[in-house]
Amino acid sequence: MSHLSDIKLKIWRQAGPDEGGRFESYLVPSISDEASFLEMLDVLNEQLINEGREAVVFDHDCREGICGTCSLMIDGQAHGPQRGTATCQLHMRKFQSGAEIVIEPWRASAFPIIKDLMVDRSAFDRIVESGGFITAETGGAPDANLIPIPKPVADASMDAAACIGCGACVAACPNGAANLFTAAKVAHLSLLPQGQPERYKRVEAMVETMDEYFGSCTNHGECEAACPKEISIDVIALMHQDYRKSKFANRKTLSRS
Amino acid sequence: MADTQAPTISSANPSANPSVNRRGPVTGTAATAKKRKKFFLLDLYGTAVGKKYVMAITGIAMMGFVLSHMIGNLKMYLGEEDINHYAEFLTRLGYPLAPENVVLWIMRAGLIGALLLHLHAAYSLTVMNRQARSVKYQSARDYQIANFASRSMRLTGITVLLFLVWHLLDFTFGVTNTLGDGDFDKHQVYDNVVRSFERVPVSAFYILANLALGVHLYHGAWSIFQSLGWNSPRFNQWRRMFATAFAAIVVVGNVSFPVAVLAGIVG
Repeated sequence: MSHLSDIKLKIWRQAGPDEGGRFESYLVPSISDEASFLEMLDVLNEQLINEGREAVVFDHDCREGICGTCSLMIDGQAHGPQRGTATCQLHMRKFQSGAEIVIEPWRASAFPIIKDLMVDRSAFDRIVESGGFITAETGGAPDANLIPIPKPVADASMDAAACIGCGACVAACPNGAANLFTAAKVAHLSLLPQGQPERYKRVEAMVETMDEYFGSCTNHGECEAACPKEISIDVIALMHQDYRKSKFANRKTLSRS
Repeated sequence: MADTQAPTISSANPSANPSVNRRGPVTGTAATAKKRKKFFLLDLYGTAVGKKYVMAITGIAMMGFVLSHMIGNLKMYLGEEDINHYAEFLTRLGYPLAPENVVLWIMRAGLIGALLLHLHAAYSLTVMNRQARSVKYQSARDYQIANFASRSMRLTGITVLLFLVWHLLDFTFGVTNTLGDGDFDKHQVYDNVVRSFERVPVSAFYILANLALGVHLYHGAWSIFQSLGWNSPRFNQWRRMFATAFAAIVVVGNVSFPVAVLAGIVG
């Protein structure tokens, strides 16, 4: 185990949603290279508290890459320089002694800053809510594998369902679009037989809710690169296709009522 | 909205939707569709995904035009008579079933419509995207995948648009192409092209604009597949190659004309 020394941090500090913000510089004199990025911030906060200063507010929860609570724009990359991991699983060994690291919150109109590095991502909840529930039989627990699903389909659905809703796709997108998030949520149900009855109704509602908060997709592919779950932009194409069908095929279905 | 590191940046954000913080009731079964009175195509166009469909479809129409325009113009290499005869033929497309010029004007109307829709969609999506991030990142971004082509679509698009205006003034209306005896005869295609491209700055602008077109196509022709939801493991790996090849063929063909004129191969 070795140590990194003199990590210079430039961190966005902002007292509240409507306050002005600015970068402030801090120095972490020594940190283990086995520390995670969030542990490094914990060490900084201990230091600040001991000095009687206010700790840096940042989002975190499980710290094992599955909850989607941590965020942070690190050196201009969502979740930092390591592909396929959230900030909590980024480790200091990725950095050099004496490095200057710039940390900024996610920036999107739909993600207002609560304080410092913490943002409100409830616009994502609005999208998921608008999708509603799927119809399913109630009663006793069904046997496993009662509905046969081809393995590649189950895998593709699972790849989309891996989305942890962290918002890195929106943060990384030059347009502030949430297409990857919404498409992942749409795809994991629309690929499965259980998702079919509400398939088009759901995609229509979710895409239109997304439109109220976020920008538009211009196919840069930055979201895919930033995604800690490495969800492919293929799901975005799937969502676009389903949205079109919702306006054509579903229109015919609904006109029968 | 400067990217400079201002000491304090207000996050007060008038365009942010105030309902972001609203905790609405969690819906039961899938949300009931909003009642919309709009015609369904307008309804589709009302969303960003729908606007991207329009961008893609009008893009395909204009790609069809630039490719056939380039291929038709290759007649320059067959000589004066061939290209002038080809230009004459275009006015008589569908003749005698349709009167002269009618089919040509239907195609032109389609292209003008496609261009206007492409511009409107691009403009409204740009406005939407600016609003979606009203406070920009205050530190430098480090892009991973986004390339020069995808980042400069607006710049290359506007360059091509300005070029289009000039191109029409040069070869259709003859306003900027009366070097000879002061007159302009649009039927003398071969002479007009040679006369225009013998001016080095004109050729340089033409080449620059075509490179911008190529960069625009490099991202646009790939982007079409995503926007239209054409995604399949069968052809996904060919999408980038298609866009590159399409852009390269159009640019090489078009750029060859001023080069050939300046090199004395044509003219």
